[in-house]
Amino acid sequence: MSAARGQVHLWIVQRVTAMLLAVAVTVHLVTILLAVRGGLSAAELLGRLQGNAAWLCFYAVFALAAGLHGAIGLRNIAGESLGWRGRGFDLAWLGIGLLTALFGIRAAWGLYAA
Amino acid sequence: MPTPERGATLEVSIWRGGAEGAMRTYQVPARENQTVLDIVTYIQRELDPSLAYRFACRVGMCGSCAMTVNGRARWTCRTHASRVVGPDGKLELRPLANLPVIRDLATDMAPFFDKWAKAGGRFQPKDAKDGAVPEEFAVVPPTSKQRREADAGIECIGCGVCYASCDVVAWNPDYLGPAALNRAWTLVNDVRDGARAERMEAVAGDAGCHSCHSTQSCTERCPKQLDPSASIAGLKRKLFWDTLLGRRG
Ligand code: SF4
Ligand code: SF4
Ligand code: FES
Repeated sequence: MSAARGQVHLWIVQRVTAMLLAVAVTVHLVTILLAVRGGLSAAELLGRLQGNAAWLCFYAVFALAAGLHGAIGLRNIAGESLGWRGRGFDLAWLGIGLLTALFGIRAAWGLYAA
Repeated sequence: MPTPERGATLEVSIWRGGAEGAMRTYQVPARENQTVLDIVTYIQRELDPSLAYRFACRVGMCGSCAMTVNGRARWTCRTHASRVVGPDGKLELRPLANLPVIRDLATDMAPFFDKWAKAGGRFQPKDAKDGAVPEEFAVVPPTSKQRREADAGIECIGCGVCYASCDVVAWNPDYLGPAALNRAWTLVNDVRDGARAERMEAVAGDAGCHSCHSTQSCTERCPKQLDPSASIAGLKRKLFWDTLLGRRG
């Protein structure tokens, strides 16, 4: 795959995750607003999330989108301001993005399987 | 600036030298009707014949007279002094940014035009190989969507004002820049052209349209009121769908 192709793919991932994040952040904020009304407690959190596959999917997608979006954004900034360009850097950023996503997904899984 | 009084002078400081150099100041008589290019020409003819600058048509067609006027890239032959000289009567002229300086106000435009070529800026007739003149006239309805897209960007005079005004060009020396990408978009929409696939590959990625931040300095400053930023958005949109739908081959 040519370098330019990979760059276009990163750009597309950046745009698509931006769209996902627009929805996910809204759902997230609304959930927070509703959740704190009854007082935020561990029992209430678990009641909502434990064993709930829909919430698990939601947070997995959310974490993946956030991890990738953030890493690709940092990649662009680093390329422009520090001159960090090239395939090696791109792979490193991709790794950082997936790793960040993994932490989020692990947390969501922890609540699901608790 | 209000109408200058008789005998008033302008204080014009100009970059002298190449990459290394310094500003030099000249006193130029203020006239009621003068362009920035008129002022530079006055200095070169009357005060300092060694001043290097470039112009040709003097009517906004050739694109050779652009300079940095009080910190902002402009075509100088169509920029009236009264629009840019402050109340203090001062004017500062430097060569265009983002290009190597040859001497004084003359920049080397080669990188600008090399990128134009790199972006596939040359028309490749579909039905005549090797750029020969086609046998028949092509009929392109003026109201068709593609014709309107192509028309919107066709009047570029290659002045480099947009290129000098673009931050991404400054940050990424490989970035093709607004003029080359605008040219590519007009050809992508030219139904007579046969090199669309190669051109779309040439403008994809970090050196191409995907580095543009859509900040629109190019659009804001283009003296021909073109909208390179919109052309670049067009390229991004097309590459987005072509990639997702597997149309890029
Ligand atoms: S819109 Fe894009 S090409 Fe135009 S000045 Fe901004 S970054 Fe440069
Ligand atoms: S797009 Fe406008 S500013 Fe840029 S080179 Fe063409 S005419 Fe000049
Ligand atoms: S001299 Fe030709 S555009 Fe200014």
